[in-house]
Amino acid sequence: MAKVTIDGISIEVPDGTTILQAARMIGERNTADRHVVPPAMCYYSKLKTSGGYCRTCIVKVTKGSDKDPRPMPKPVASCRTAVMDGMEVANTTDPALIDARNGVVEMLLINHPLDCPICDQAGECHLQDLSYENGKEASRYEFERRTFDPIDIGDTIKLHMTRCILCYRCVKVGEQLTDGRVHGVINRGDVAEISTYISQAIENDFSGNMIDVCPVGALTDKTFRFASRVWFTKPVDAHCNCENPKCSGNAVLWMKGNEVLRVTGRKDMWGEVESFICNTCRFDRKDVNAWTIEGPRKIDHHSVISQGHYQLKREQALLASPAPNVPELAKRKELKDR
Amino acid sequence: MGRKLLFQHIDKPGIRGLEGYRANGGYRSVEKALKTMSPEAVLEEVKKSGLRGRGGAGFPTGMKWSFLAKPEGVPRYLVVNADESEPGTFKDRYLMERIPHILVEGMITSSFALGAKVSYAYIRGEYFYVARIMEQAIAEARAAGWLGKNILGSGFDHEIHVQVGAGAYICGEETALLESLEGKRGNPRIKPPFPAVKGLYDCPTVVNNVETIAAVVPIVNDGGEEYAKIGIGKSTGTKLISAGGNIKRPGVYEIDLGITCDEFINSDEYCGGVDGRAFKAVVPGGSSVPIVPYEMFLKTPTGENRLMTYESLSEGGFAQGTMMGSGGFYAYNDAQCIVRSTWNHTRFYHHESCGQCSPCREGTGWMEKVLERLEHGEGRTEDIDLLWDIQRKIEGNTICPLGDAAAWPVASAIRHFRDEFEYHVTHREKVKDPKHFAREPFRKSAKFATA
Repeated sequence: MAKVTIDGISIEVPDGTTILQAARMIGERNTADRHVVPPAMCYYSKLKTSGGYCRTCIVKVTKGSDKDPRPMPKPVASCRTAVMDGMEVANTTDPALIDARNGVVEMLLINHPLDCPICDQAGECHLQDLSYENGKEASRYEFERRTFDPIDIGDTIKLHMTRCILCYRCVKVGEQLTDGRVHGVINRGDVAEISTYISQAIENDFSGNMIDVCPVGALTDKTFRFASRVWFTKPVDAHCNCENPKCSGNAVLWMKGNEVLRVTGRKDMWGEVESFICNTCRFDRKDVNAWTIEGPRKIDHHSVISQGHYQLKREQALLASPAPNVPELAKRKELKDR
Repeated sequence: MGRKLLFQHIDKPGIRGLEGYRANGGYRSVEKALKTMSPEAVLEEVKKSGLRGRGGAGFPTGMKWSFLAKPEGVPRYLVVNADESEPGTFKDRYLMERIPHILVEGMITSSFALGAKVSYAYIRGEYFYVARIMEQAIAEARAAGWLGKNILGSGFDHEIHVQVGAGAYICGEETALLESLEGKRGNPRIKPPFPAVKGLYDCPTVVNNVETIAAVVPIVNDGGEEYAKIGIGKSTGTKLISAGGNIKRPGVYEIDLGITCDEFINSDEYCGGVDGRAFKAVVPGGSSVPIVPYEMFLKTPTGENRLMTYESLSEGGFAQGTMMGSGGFYAYNDAQCIVRSTWNHTRFYHHESCGQCSPCREGTGWMEKVLERLEHGEGRTEDIDLLWDIQRKIEGNTICPLGDAAAWPVASAIRHFRDEFEYHVTHREKVKDPKHFAREPFRKSAKFATA
């Protein structure tokens, strides 16, 4: 076991845990401490060898370990750096580090089209959250942005390379979940792009998970494109007995009325899919009768999706209703305190 | 006249072939090492010599070798980094072109010390003809029994393979080189694990520069202590410097580490001084190291003569010093425009960024565009501070040193030559003339750190 202190909050973690995982453990232990968790755009705990590319999760190691207390000279990628016993890490407490991270976010945004108003990912986009928390109000970049034409990389997935931040997550999905990767990164530098092998389409039965792991709107579900803004839909937990043995069958249905607009995997508090689902569940099982509904999906209250959450509708009506009686008053107080 | 260790016989006839090389004492180190020494003894000699990596970082070679993990039943590899792509550097090419057997010999001796049965020479794509020369040398050595099974009856087997890259600068970074050697996209790996633990094909690997491996030959021949007598302090032995730019005698020189910078740049034995005008600035170690004004190159911040050593060149830190780097030395005279040169450097790094991590992928292109605007007389005063801020946000935040390498030339140019950047803003019409600088040179460069 190793003891690590992040922004003054300590936790004991098993050896080999990365700084980011340790920070997430702190956040899971007490949600009030979630500010110690560095943002991660490319790291994905379910995908091996992911992480280290986007540099948003950089942290300052102010004390290496009990044995070797020297601080590390450069900021390190917390998703790829293992903790040492007695390590001390600054995430939000070091102004120089925050400045460096803001720089990374600025770099990620200079060639991003910022087309959120017409992007299907808006509302559940990690880059939106990231730039809201760490970005500037205006860009200092005054040149023409790099653009690509949107392309179909399969029957069900649309690629908007312009929006991509090259996190490599979809490449890892292709490598680790499907039976043969047919897409990857071609070219170099700021014209590097995700592309399929010459005239190949992504057809594997698990390829849809690329959409879920994509932190931005680069990979979108063609069966859902422009159907609705996500915050106008009702997310419902549901499961089915999928015949595909690799598929967990645990999904979220994004519904409007009785219509299933979209099916995705269930995402945890760090925005990662809890268990992967197959393409049949995702793209073809759009009939609500094919699913066993479990109940409303809990969406983090910071998310815009929860703004239109029907679960709150009843409670809000209660809050606004005139002339409350005594039990209702108690209930109202309870809701307000929450 | 300085000593020559690597270039001692470089002008002898037939030195490129095995016979000529052997006639001039070639392959003595292999004989000595394999017949009379243990691998540990060779490593000990390299440690004693104080040899430092000649590729740019200057990491002690003996220490690097001793870090090599030695698990049972796992092969170990030696990889020679001949992907010499640092702008201004051409020393390895010259060595491999003229005297290829010294590298083959160094690889055999070094592999013996490391216990590597196979070694690779990764040669940059543009050096395709050098690869042919190397392959020929290896074939000759194999035919003569210097390579293959049971070399000299010592029981040591060794094989050398030559691999040609495809011309990417990033493949000179050791982990990107290993990826490329494995046949993958040349993206740098995230360290740790270091190559000494998990390198080529996940096996322990040592990656060394051509010149470093060649220097092992005189070290084993004459002993590490003899080698360490040359040089000053922790900079021992000789170093190849490829000199270019506005000097009278461009070329590759083998210098004793420890001669003064003044001697190197002005004596007729080496660079021979400036061609016609006056020196303005010097880049002593390839385009990635900070550019320094001429006066600052000659004298350290304490007023002493600066020496051609790792320590002395970096004295004064980034504010007033620079680095030894790979030995790609070039000098500017006062007709050169520093803004144009910086733009050119940045254009190179933009083109060569691998695109893996965001600060370098996006930042290098941004810097290039801002510099292009400045150079073409469309810049604004804020652009200089913007540039400073962009380079600051790239440096230290990337996976591999390419980000730093892209940031340092920009930072040092603004630090020492801010007046030229300002001139580009205030004299927009003048700088629109492509020959602007040769016509109205600055009298004197800024002497101290500004930004």
